[in-house]
Amino acid sequence: MKFISEFREGALGSGLVRRIERLSRPIRIMEVCGGHTHVICRYGIRDLLPPDIQLIHGPGCPVCVIPQHEIEKAIELSTRPGILLCCFGDVMRVPTRRGTLFSLARGRGSVKMVYSPLEAIEMAAALPDKEIVFFAIGFETTAPSTALALKRASSQGLANFKVLSTHFIIPPALRVLVKDSSSRIGAFIAPGHVTTIIGPDAYCFLADEYNRPVVVTGFEPLDLLQAIMLILQQAAEGKPRVENQYTRAVRVQGNRRALEAMDEVFEIRPAIWRGLGLIPGTGLGIAPAFAPWDAEKAWDLSQVEPAPEPPGCLCGDVLKGVSQPKDCSLFAVSCTPDSPVGPCMVSPEGACAAHYRYRGA
Amino acid sequence: MPIGKTITLAHGAGGRASDELIREIILPALGGDPRSCLPDSVVLSNLGERLAFTTDSYTVSPLFFPGGNIGKLAVYGTVNDLAMSGAEPLLISLGLILEEGLEIDLLRRIIEEIGEATKETKIRVVTGDTKVVGRGAVDKIFVNTSGIGALPAFIGRIAPNQARPGDVALVSGALGDHGIAVMAAREKLSFTSNIKSDCAPLHTLVATLLRAAPHTRCLRDPTRGGAAATLNEIARASRVGIELDENAIPVHREVMGLAELLGLDPLFLANEGKLIAVVPEEEAEAALAALREHHLGFESNIIGKVTSDHPASVVIKTTMRTHRVVEYPAGELLPRIC
Ligand code: SF4
Repeated sequence: MKFISEFREGALGSGLVRRIERLSRPIRIMEVCGGHTHVICRYGIRDLLPPDIQLIHGPGCPVCVIPQHEIEKAIELSTRPGILLCCFGDVMRVPTRRGTLFSLARGRGSVKMVYSPLEAIEMAAALPDKEIVFFAIGFETTAPSTALALKRASSQGLANFKVLSTHFIIPPALRVLVKDSSSRIGAFIAPGHVTTIIGPDAYCFLADEYNRPVVVTGFEPLDLLQAIMLILQQAAEGKPRVENQYTRAVRVQGNRRALEAMDEVFEIRPAIWRGLGLIPGTGLGIAPAFAPWDAEKAWDLSQVEPAPEPPGCLCGDVLKGVSQPKDCSLFAVSCTPDSPVGPCMVSPEGACAAHYRYRGA
Repeated sequence: MPIGKTITLAHGAGGRASDELIREIILPALGGDPRSCLPDSVVLSNLGERLAFTTDSYTVSPLFFPGGNIGKLAVYGTVNDLAMSGAEPLLISLGLILEEGLEIDLLRRIIEEIGEATKETKIRVVTGDTKVVGRGAVDKIFVNTSGIGALPAFIGRIAPNQARPGDVALVSGALGDHGIAVMAAREKLSFTSNIKSDCAPLHTLVATLLRAAPHTRCLRDPTRGGAAATLNEIARASRVGIELDENAIPVHREVMGLAELLGLDPLFLANEGKLIAVVPEEEAEAALAALREHHLGFESNIIGKVTSDHPASVVIKTTMRTHRVVEYPAGELLPRIC
């Protein structure tokens, strides 16, 4: 039997807050990962910080950055005869011009929520008469399991399994953000889970070329406070570098096996990010050796055209840290977690959903 | 005529097949005499001065999950609804809506669970009804139960609108077990979990509580929508604020871990064997001690207080000592993955 308190200790927190107050200086710190956004809002971390320190949310909510038309491709596939589309739960609620995957699952589409691509593989083996398409989304955290699924499909010769890949990789997107003068990012709280795969060195360019402190950070509120303190210390010393606060999970070399599997199965391609636009080198397409399992090769989806953002939705700017959710005129008015207008109101990691759900008292 | 292996539309047509279903499957499992019958209506007398009456319908997927099943839920749920007004459960009705094609063996197992649960809670099934609908019209089986209970004379008015500033809120144990257990079973989560539903009848726990805290103001079981929904309902109905202390909220370690992983908050997860009580401050310690002595309440705790600040909303003091609003939950819980 445990109380929540044993996972989060308030007293240690106040010690860190005092040190942060002593080191405080005007700085805009971006937390890249939606998981961090969620923790910051849930624990009211902002209320603990001096006003000079601004936390701005980044693009690291996988559901938020997928362009609408990629989801529409999945919707299109799910309505074709003989296809069963498998996807993660939170992407099912993102609104598109053609409704949501969730509404389709209840209507004419065939959509099944899964927790891992391996479930989709099992389904493909069990339902040989159906084409099972796994809608692969997420960053370096979920890409390795998609890679494993593809390798398994290939070794088992599962011809009725396909992957529709919209995996993204993070570091090149951070280069775009740090160069973007409207974001004015002074330092980065780097994503914990992504870094367990790619290793902290992937962010060296932010410190070396752009002089920005970077701290790889865990997901407890104390981790975040400590990361902010380390960033302020780096800023005070004038020696920006990549520091690893999340040593209990992140190793210097990352996860070799995961990286090898990704290398084997994917090829790097340009990708369109919601809000950030086209960024070279950030998409993971399926490598030619695995083409028989590539949904985009199996079916022509070219008729699904890029979609404009929903009118009034500021998600693009929210994802770049240029705007805060409350700057959007739809926030909490016509856009709520029950009837989201943009993707940032959908996932618990989306900035708008986190701000809505965890309003200060 | 043998009863067959699956439910057919004939079993609901009111003729011989219906009769056989009731005599061979339902009555024996309920511990009744197969030569008797469940009447269409029953005449009640001398049940007491003040009665509580409730009805609820039950549907869950999967029908059997770790720690419980739809049969237990249907009896305990109604027993608990009666208990939440302070009543001692007496009589229950049993309505079944069956999908054509349902396996008779599965039905028998469910009715046996219902029989067990009624014996355990000493509530009597006095009337019932069975319908069969075509394939796809329901998900295997829906159960409806209505219940009647009697209120002991010493009990005052227990209702969601009775909370007053200065009162204290208690919970009878760790939150979220049922929600996570059912989700894990339904989605066949690949990570194994030992979490069991907390599904349990709360009437004896309530009786114990009310002896210790006779002026208890509100009693609710935080089922769908979890503690967040229940506390918001109390705050709204009583036009008071409720301030929770996150440090004091009991949650099992494994539930906490899985909830974090799935992006869910234990305060929003369903429970089927927990109660939330609001009692006057002077009875709080006695209430807590009484709850903890009961086998269903040993993990009870005081989780917050009722205030005149921020009426009609629930605020939580987080472990980081910041304050935020606890939203009134709406919509379906969809786990996140990435
Ligand atoms: S509040 Fe809604 S519409 Fe506005 S930016 Fe956020 S998700 Fe988009």
